[in-house]
Amino acid sequence: MPSSKADLLARLAAKIGALERPGMAAGRPPLPFAVPAIDRLLPGGGLARGALHDVIAAPGGEGHDGAAAGFCAVLVARLMAEGRPALWCHGRHGLYGPGLAAFGLDPARLILARPWRAADTLWAMEEGLRCSGLAAVAGEIGAIGLTASRRLALAAEASGVTAILLRPSAGENAATAAMTRWQVGAAPSLEPLAADVGREPPPWSTWDVRLLRARGGRSGAWRLIWRHGALHDASDTLRPDKAVPRPSLGRNLRQIPGTDCDHGHRSLTAAAATCPPIKTGRAK
Amino acid sequence: MPPAGRRLLSLWLPTLATDRLGAVTRPRVSVAAAHGSLTVIAVNRPAGALGLTPGMGLADARAMLPTLDAVDADPAGEAATLAALADWCGRYTPIVALDGADGLLLDITGAGHLFGGECRLIDDMTQHLARLGYGSRAAIAHTPAAAWALVHYAGEANAIAPSGNEAVALLARLPVAALRLAPEVVLGLRDLGLHRIGALFDLPRAPLAARFGALTVQRLDALLGRHVEPVVPHHGTPTHRIRLTFPEPISRAEDIAAAARRLLEALAVRLAKEQLGVRRLDYALYRTDGQVAHARIGTVQPVREPRHLLRLLAEPLAAIDPGLGIETGIMAALETMPLAPRQLAMDHASPDGAPGAADDGDLGLLLDRLGQRLGSRNVWRQTARASHIPERAVRPVAPLEVSDRTGWPPDRARPLRLLARPESIQAMALLPDHPPVQFLWQGRAHRVLRVQGPERIAPEWWLDERPAATATRDYFILEDSAGQRFWVYREGLYPPPTGTIPRWYLHGFFA
Repeated sequence: MPSSKADLLARLAAKIGALERPGMAAGRPPLPFAVPAIDRLLPGGGLARGALHDVIAAPGGEGHDGAAAGFCAVLVARLMAEGRPALWCHGRHGLYGPGLAAFGLDPARLILARPWRAADTLWAMEEGLRCSGLAAVAGEIGAIGLTASRRLALAAEASGVTAILLRPSAGENAATAAMTRWQVGAAPSLEPLAADVGREPPPWSTWDVRLLRARGGRSGAWRLIWRHGALHDASDTLRPDKAVPRPSLGRNLRQIPGTDCDHGHRSLTAAAATCPPIKTGRAK
Repeated sequence: MPPAGRRLLSLWLPTLATDRLGAVTRPRVSVAAAHGSLTVIAVNRPAGALGLTPGMGLADARAMLPTLDAVDADPAGEAATLAALADWCGRYTPIVALDGADGLLLDITGAGHLFGGECRLIDDMTQHLARLGYGSRAAIAHTPAAAWALVHYAGEANAIAPSGNEAVALLARLPVAALRLAPEVVLGLRDLGLHRIGALFDLPRAPLAARFGALTVQRLDALLGRHVEPVVPHHGTPTHRIRLTFPEPISRAEDIAAAARRLLEALAVRLAKEQLGVRRLDYALYRTDGQVAHARIGTVQPVREPRHLLRLLAEPLAAIDPGLGIETGIMAALETMPLAPRQLAMDHASPDGAPGAADDGDLGLLLDRLGQRLGSRNVWRQTARASHIPERAVRPVAPLEVSDRTGWPPDRARPLRLLARPESIQAMALLPDHPPVQFLWQGRAHRVLRVQGPERIAPEWWLDERPAATATRDYFILEDSAGQRFWVYREGLYPPPTGTIPRWYLHGFFA
């Protein structure tokens, strides 16, 4: 019967999918970014839960990793949306509750830990990943080896808790067992610079986000803005012909629902036109 | 009034100072400088047998025995040894107090039968101590003072005072020095012909107190149990305590853990009856060589689940050296708190049926393990505090502490990271009260392209405590040419009232 054949095919496809992308298994729907251009490139249409994701601060920032930390905060906040708390092992510079709250993250449900050594960070993350009562575990760590990252990935897969590594730009080339690897750097605010101090809107968090590697997905680059409690794709403002200052971004923001293949494609090429070439090498 | 049937054991280690240096068969004394010469403080058994006594000069002792082994007295080391022995005595009773420099006092009320009677207990104790190399003598009586008097003045053997009037008759025969009085008081009593304690029983109290001090009467009352002397344990009294003695000494890690599980299960049953949970737990392992190893843990919320406590114990247990074997294990709850039959949930709104959300016991275990390894101060949450000063607007709370859910005012832009201590930066502004156009931080220049501010934050002078900020701050959000956003402030107003130049500080990073 054709219908049973279709069923069989669907089942087989699901099985193969589960084998190829373990994070997708066990009924864990991926977490969509609500940015179609990104979700389109990720397997399953979003960030895999119960997997390890690697967020690296963009190199050359002779300052801080605020943009990458903000990106992680958005991911953790979205993972916490179901109600479970999360664990964040931070480094030298602590996180600030009011700033976290601005990314939709409820600090009252975020457990902060301050390990003093990298070994303790890995240990704390692994312990956290074993605890199914958590939604996510984020850890700030300098460098991580393949073995250590594989341990984290396995622990995440077993419990369904999503692991996020936040790393400085150094050591980004080491292979990890991460499902996705992102590079996030600060980008200039797209707001026009008002001449008079005190009347202009706040400089919105604007990031150059690159998906360097995604198992089972494709790489890409976007310019994202955190505004009004959501991420917005502002990649098309990278296009030279549209990069002129504009009074307000609201009109041009790609809105959350609705998938537009053409736009996504254009934004990618546009990003590629302005950004240096992206290395999409898989771990060898 | 004295508790009925109170039984106390006084343990005297007369040769502690020399015994602690290792068992020797040669005469050995410990000496200390007193009155400009070396004086013998303690003698070991062989030296005592030769007639050497504490208090004699080292020169006199050497004259009697030229080959005498003399070592310097070490009061701190002796105190440490005594404390360790007090710990060791925890195998007999949880209530062990230090008594002077060379004695211990144990409240063994109700513990005698565990060892087959007081006689067996006292023998077991002195024999064990002898095997460890310590000469000791012990006495049991119904008051601490009576036990002390018996152990010091009732001859060479261990003594057990019967209860009731027979004990009084026994005590009456002891010399007055057994009342632990100052030497001059003892001499004064002797001068009056009062040699035995019994002679004091019938004297009128008021003249006795007037002549020899209130302490004398007090000591007499303590001896007879008219005045109850409390026993203050060396370590706090554990609220719940379970003991397991092994038929054979154990040393394998699995056996120690298995014993811990049995003890924890028994403890959980007792705690559950009283609806209590453990906050601090001590697992004491009594080694055959007399050392006591401790594995201690603390929890963020009361727990009695054996599996949870066992996982917390795993780490300290891994560091324990079983030596030649462990003969007794004691699990003691040092601190307990009420714990309802159901474990408390963390104060978050968990939607019903969400996978894993009900599994809060796991979360408690995770937090305990994190706190144990990283330090409980390094595992925390942030809650809002009503303050405009940024560093005061956040209050750290324990991970599971119930906190009010007031947030921060959403209309103020606040950085994602706040520096624990603002860093001084060099800022260049076109005009003194303008935001910077460029600033230097960690040796790098950042050209400012966008600015938001100022947001003026005044010190909270109305607070009694030391103000977090001493000067008004003007905060600016600066965006440099790379798009990185910084939170900086100028401390002090412009123009400065005192003539000092306002300084610029970096206080945080925006995403």
